[in-house]
Amino acid sequence: MRQEIQLAGFGGQGIILAGFVLGRAASIYDGKEAVFTQSYGPEARGGACAAEVVISDGPIDYPLVTRPDLVVCMSQEAYSKYGVALADGAELIIDSDLVEAGSNGIKRLPAMRLATDLGNRMAANVVMLGFLASVTGVVSREALEQSVRETVKPRLLELNMSALKTGFEYGLSESSANQQKAAT
Amino acid sequence: MSGELMVQDHPLDGLLRADRLPHIWCPGCGLGSIMSCLTSAITESGTDLNQHAIVSGIGCTGRVAGYLKLDSFHTTHGRAIPFAIGLKLAKPELVVTVFSGDGDLFSIGGNHFLHAARRNIDINVICVNNFNYGMTGGQCGPTTPTGARTTTTPFGNSEPAFNLPHLAASLGAVYVARWTSLHVRQVHHSMLNAIRKPGFTFIEVISPCPVGFGKSNEIGEGLDEMRMYRTNSVVDPDADLANAGIDMQRDSPIVLGDFVDIERPVFAPSGVDRG
Amino acid sequence: MVTAEAEPRVLTGQHFMNGDIAFAEGALAAGCTFFAGYPITPSTEVAERLSRRLPKLGGVYVQMEDELASIAAVLGGSWSGAKAMTATSGPGFTLMMENFGLGVMTETPCVIIDVQRGGPSTGLPTLVSQADVMQAKWGSHGDYEPIAFAPASPQEMFDLAISAFNAAERFRMPVFVMADELVGHMTERVTIPSEDRVSIVNRKRVPAGSEDRLFYAADEDLVPPMPIAGEGHAFHVTGLTHDERGYPAGDPLVHDRLVRRLTHKVQIHEKELTQVEELMTEDAEVVVVAYGAMSRSARQAVMVARERGIKAGMFRPITLWPFPFRKLRGLANQVNRFVVAEMNLGQIAREVERHLRRPATWVTHAGGKMIPPEEVLLALQETAR
Repeated sequence: MRQEIQLAGFGGQGIILAGFVLGRAASIYDGKEAVFTQSYGPEARGGACAAEVVISDGPIDYPLVTRPDLVVCMSQEAYSKYGVALADGAELIIDSDLVEAGSNGIKRLPAMRLATDLGNRMAANVVMLGFLASVTGVVSREALEQSVRETVKPRLLELNMSALKTGFEYGLSESSANQQKAAT
Repeated sequence: MSGELMVQDHPLDGLLRADRLPHIWCPGCGLGSIMSCLTSAITESGTDLNQHAIVSGIGCTGRVAGYLKLDSFHTTHGRAIPFAIGLKLAKPELVVTVFSGDGDLFSIGGNHFLHAARRNIDINVICVNNFNYGMTGGQCGPTTPTGARTTTTPFGNSEPAFNLPHLAASLGAVYVARWTSLHVRQVHHSMLNAIRKPGFTFIEVISPCPVGFGKSNEIGEGLDEMRMYRTNSVVDPDADLANAGIDMQRDSPIVLGDFVDIERPVFAPSGVDRG
Repeated sequence: MVTAEAEPRVLTGQHFMNGDIAFAEGALAAGCTFFAGYPITPSTEVAERLSRRLPKLGGVYVQMEDELASIAAVLGGSWSGAKAMTATSGPGFTLMMENFGLGVMTETPCVIIDVQRGGPSTGLPTLVSQADVMQAKWGSHGDYEPIAFAPASPQEMFDLAISAFNAAERFRMPVFVMADELVGHMTERVTIPSEDRVSIVNRKRVPAGSEDRLFYAADEDLVPPMPIAGEGHAFHVTGLTHDERGYPAGDPLVHDRLVRRLTHKVQIHEKELTQVEELMTEDAEVVVVAYGAMSRSARQAVMVARERGIKAGMFRPITLWPFPFRKLRGLANQVNRFVVAEMNLGQIAREVERHLRRPATWVTHAGGKMIPPEEVLLALQETAR
């Protein structure tokens, strides 16, 4: 199965790094195929910023995202560009503090706030990845952990592992809350 | 009797490709004697001949590489310096000398000269300046003196010319000299200095070009041109290089000498301390 | 300053790497010890990677003042015995044509990777194109027969870096890798084999101290052994037409003999040089010719076409030059209908038509985006009809 993931936000949020970590996790540690591409030029150094990851069980021919199955928005601008007109069946994840979005079915978490609570808002991208893994299952938690471990600077490892855990557990509690809701 | 006068072997034969002679240069050209200065300087330096590489660009002077029996490279127009840099950096034990003309080094190749001097790369650059593009038939170049006639400045050159020693010194060349091709002992000595000096060295040798430059400017034969340069020159190693530009319209002399001999850190490829 | 520390030359293992970096690693695995270049998008990551890696491996990284100087320094480095390379993109590639010609004429092994972006001129610095492929073929003045590879993935960036160095050393000439922005910037899994599994070709060398030799007398394979500076040969190298001694010769006969040999040495080894991939061509009725990143879109189109009952296939030149025309003609014995899809306005399409002596359907775009599979699929459907 081919899954197209669009990550978007503004420059400096670590969107590109998140795409790389996600692709690396799927490709190297989950044994799937993955391609990561990113936006280049001035927009990657501030302003809008986007990363694309395609993950598949089989070989990936066309490497670009055309109809995302999963969109992650970490800014209002990113939401207007990628989050509004979703294809049928596509999932949307937003940072609930940074993006105002009305409709139901959107998965939300305050990634930036959770990261700030951990002591560094720069870890919001990894909080988001943890959440993404737990609510979509597109990548395994173990693979993400490995990928983070291999990617981030040693002095930031502890922070990022906590960020991953925080995001993942937030996702777990969300889904159990939803299940409870469904049960009642 | 005449047999006793016959010279069996020229002392510099070992450094010339005898099978390529006679050379293509015109009678009265200064290139032959300047090339001999280099061969004698290399010989006297006591350096291993096998470690010498000569690199030329294009033009009359560009042909020097082809006459020297050393590892020799006749490259493209203007690119002798970057080619030489590649040779030197990949094999630091080489003694690399760029021997080329004024148009090659300072017009089409000018940018490379700037950066090699700025970085103080350990190569020697010898520029034979004949004030024109000789090979293509005497056109104007960036060293053509103001007012001089060439085949493309029939009304006299309206542009100012490069002052080469000043340029080289301002860029940080660690050794800078200027002579004429009649000053063979001084040229030889400066070349010897350059070979022994680590870093970017520059020698300008002013050379007659009776066909390309002398004729257009009614200077006469090669010997007349040579005499004119010598007569109009003054040796002043302490000269203010800013004023050492060559002006043939006024009676100002051509300033010659060993102008610069300084120490600066020599370029080493990025990063690693090779001890 | 850093001190040389133990760091493996070949990064054996699995990596999630972008194409440019994979190319740099492939170059190192092939034995590259010298890089001279000038930063230009989208090839800069090659230089950045080598600026970090080469010094630690005892190699030379030098940033030159422009691309004219970069390729000149690469040629000089090669004559000092280094396996040398540069990386560039469109505008820089244009500047390098001058000394690419010198490299051909003087038979200097080196590798030039062009990570193609949209042109002409400054064009689209950050966006993909394949519009330099004919420049590789004809960019220098004079006749020559180039060698060029077209990678379609970061893995092939690694693999073809090795192929390119090996071909450069084997045939003593500058070899092109015609990558594109998409392949250069996409990140994918790259598997790097162990050092002993990388097959390496080194140039034939003239034994040290061979003075007065015919340095440009070729062996039977039309390639002369190469002398290296500083080994006591006193050899001469010139961009002028030269005889077997390496001396300038203004004789039309010498010129014709030399230029023919320089082109023949590639042509007679076409079989050894040409790598192609054929996808589902055995029973194909319509075949799309595509290369580089564009082949990935074409591949997807072929898959969908098959699902829809169209007997489609793909012919992918991995070696772009010399063009694998024999293999293409072989395929034309069984297939009548061809589509060519490329990110330029029909450069390889003309080459395909020339060799097939029949028209093909062109799917072209001047660059800036990869042509989507749907457009290729449409062409396959219409051509198959």
